[in-house]
Amino acid sequence: MAEPQDPIIRVRGLRTQFGDQVVHQDLDLDVRGGEILGIVGGSGTGKSVLLRTIIGLNRPAAGRIEVFGKDLAAVTPAERLAVEQRWGVLFQDGALFSSLTVAQNIEVPMKEHLDMPARLRDEIAALKIAMVGLPPEAGSKYPSELSGGMRKRAGLARSLALDPDLIFLDEPTSGLDPIGAANFDQLIRRLQINLGLTVFMVTHDLDSLHAICDRIALLAEKHILVIGRMADMLRHEHPWVHEYFHGPRARAARPNNEEAGG
Amino acid sequence: MADGWLKVATEVDGAVRLQAGGHWDARNVTRLDQHLRGLQPTNGAAVILDLAQVERLDTAGAWLLYRTRRQVRARGGQADYAGLTPAHEAMLDQVAANDRPVEMEPPRQPALLAVLGRVGDGTVDVMIEARQQIGFLGLLLVTLAGTLRHPRRLRLVPLVYHMEKVGFNALPIVGLISFLIGVVLAYQGAAQLQRFGAEIFVVNLIAVSVLREIAILLTAIVVAGRSGSAFTAEIGSMVVNEEVDAMRTLGLDPMEVLVLPRVLALVLTLPLLAFFADMMGLFGGMLMCWGVLEISPALFLERLQDAVSPWSFWVGIIKAPFFAFLIAMVGCLEGLRVTRSAESVGQQTTRSVVTGIFLVIVVDAMFSIFFAAVGV
Ligand SMILES: Nc1ncnc2c1ncn2[C@@H]1O[C@H](COP(=O)(O)OP(=O)(O)OP(=O)(O)O)[C@@H](O)[C@H]1O
Ligand SMILES: [Mg+2]
Repeated sequence: MAEPQDPIIRVRGLRTQFGDQVVHQDLDLDVRGGEILGIVGGSGTGKSVLLRTIIGLNRPAAGRIEVFGKDLAAVTPAERLAVEQRWGVLFQDGALFSSLTVAQNIEVPMKEHLDMPARLRDEIAALKIAMVGLPPEAGSKYPSELSGGMRKRAGLARSLALDPDLIFLDEPTSGLDPIGAANFDQLIRRLQINLGLTVFMVTHDLDSLHAICDRIALLAEKHILVIGRMADMLRHEHPWVHEYFHGPRARAARPNNEEAGG
Repeated sequence: MADGWLKVATEVDGAVRLQAGGHWDARNVTRLDQHLRGLQPTNGAAVILDLAQVERLDTAGAWLLYRTRRQVRARGGQADYAGLTPAHEAMLDQVAANDRPVEMEPPRQPALLAVLGRVGDGTVDVMIEARQQIGFLGLLLVTLAGTLRHPRRLRLVPLVYHMEKVGFNALPIVGLISFLIGVVLAYQGAAQLQRFGAEIFVVNLIAVSVLREIAILLTAIVVAGRSGSAFTAEIGSMVVNEEVDAMRTLGLDPMEVLVLPRVLALVLTLPLLAFFADMMGLFGGMLMCWGVLEISPALFLERLQDAVSPWSFWVGIIKAPFFAFLIAMVGCLEGLRVTRSAESVGQQTTRSVVTGIFLVIVVDAMFSIFFAAVGV
């Protein structure tokens, strides 16, 4: 569906390591504009680290990362800020500011980057709260008063506060109930269609992969082992890939129409 | 960056056409919002929200359009979208579906009521805390008794680890402070006593005040600031992380695992620290006497033996384990009282230091009365 164009994220020859432990080696990855890319891989293969490296929280040992066509290692602080305003990040467990209410958390980026009057800010924050499916009374609560799933939704609402072009999601549906997770998938899909949003999503949720991911990248052996559509994944020969997409849980999650194709 | 714009036109049939165009997104909504709010309410006239030239519409922009339509309709007017693409329609539908009242702020009270409420809350909190301290003291003693009966349950490795942290690592700061206080006492005492030709009594002054009160009190205060706060912050962060809950579900007793090693470590090391502080205080006084009053160290030591009974020394040291117990107990209790937020760790840490020092001074006063009564 995405027309051929320059990738929004381009990673080349990435190496990251912690001390002697090499997490990524020669990792190449392109994320196209307007697609939902799902990153899968075993626990500890470095999915979260890849996400953190792309958004600049981790310094790569080698390689080049471009986001929106800019090499983030070589931009001026002002350019970097401009890029940061165009993306939103949802961390694995929400990462809300604990001294602020949910509504205030969502308003932080609006206050910081947009010169919005308080009334409009409140209206938009309320809209975001409703959009991610939080109950109305959640806005005035502090993060410590929320459940894990609610914190995640609040984190998503904050990452959507500026209506970004690109969002990074680290396991967004883990900890949500199945209905909530399905709603969440639909929400992402709708935002992506309406805004041309590009989504970089780390996930273990096979339902999400089937339902909304345009492409899937599988991280194993320190690099992107395979990248492609679900149908390509199902056909792939690599034992781990096969196990992942044909295991008992995968069979349960797979919609019937894809069964034939697989 | 592309702009969003809004044009207002009146149609032949009297309807108002709001023509939106360009980028209706978060970056432009502030201006558009002002523009829309500035428009006069049209009584009765139909409003057409024309989106035909909108190139980019995000939730913030869609909200403005949707809100305008809602406002007009609420006044009984007629308002409709026009020129919708399917994507815009989906966006507007999504915004409409999520328009519901949301509680944005915790409910506020009138100022006077809030002040009264805070005084009341504070008072009740002090009472609750006092009760919790007594309860915690009991629990701690029970745990201690249990450990004495089954000494194998004592966790030696953490005990030694905490002894190093609260005792050994505190030596430099405690030593330095006591030394300086000894110097200051000698200097100030000399200035006064010289006027009576009674310089030699400086030794008595230093010995009695350092040994009985100052060394132990200063050491206790330093330790409350250093280790009482550390206990609270360590245990408090574990509470925030639900580590303490996890411990309980694994059948580990936080009293035994977290609290007892810390309390025992401090009770065992504070007397040693106090002894070290005594020595450093006397040493500082001695150096100063030598330098300013020409009382040689030999004379100083001789005088010291006459001036102080062993009781002066023991009065100071006896207090140490009690102070240690109070500081460690308060530190651990405040840590366990942390709720699940980072802010509360800070609050309880402050509280632990203040309460610890306060209790130390209260108990010190009680000791003074007691020692006066028994005549040592
Ligand atoms: N700050 C750090 N210091 C040292 N090692 C780290 C650090 N962060 C991550 N690692 C290591 O990097 C590897 C990848 O971790 P990462 O968090 O990316 O895993 P993941 O793929 O996200 O796993 P999961 O699916 O469980 O979230 C792990 O082996 C981890 O031990
Ligand atoms: Mg992870």
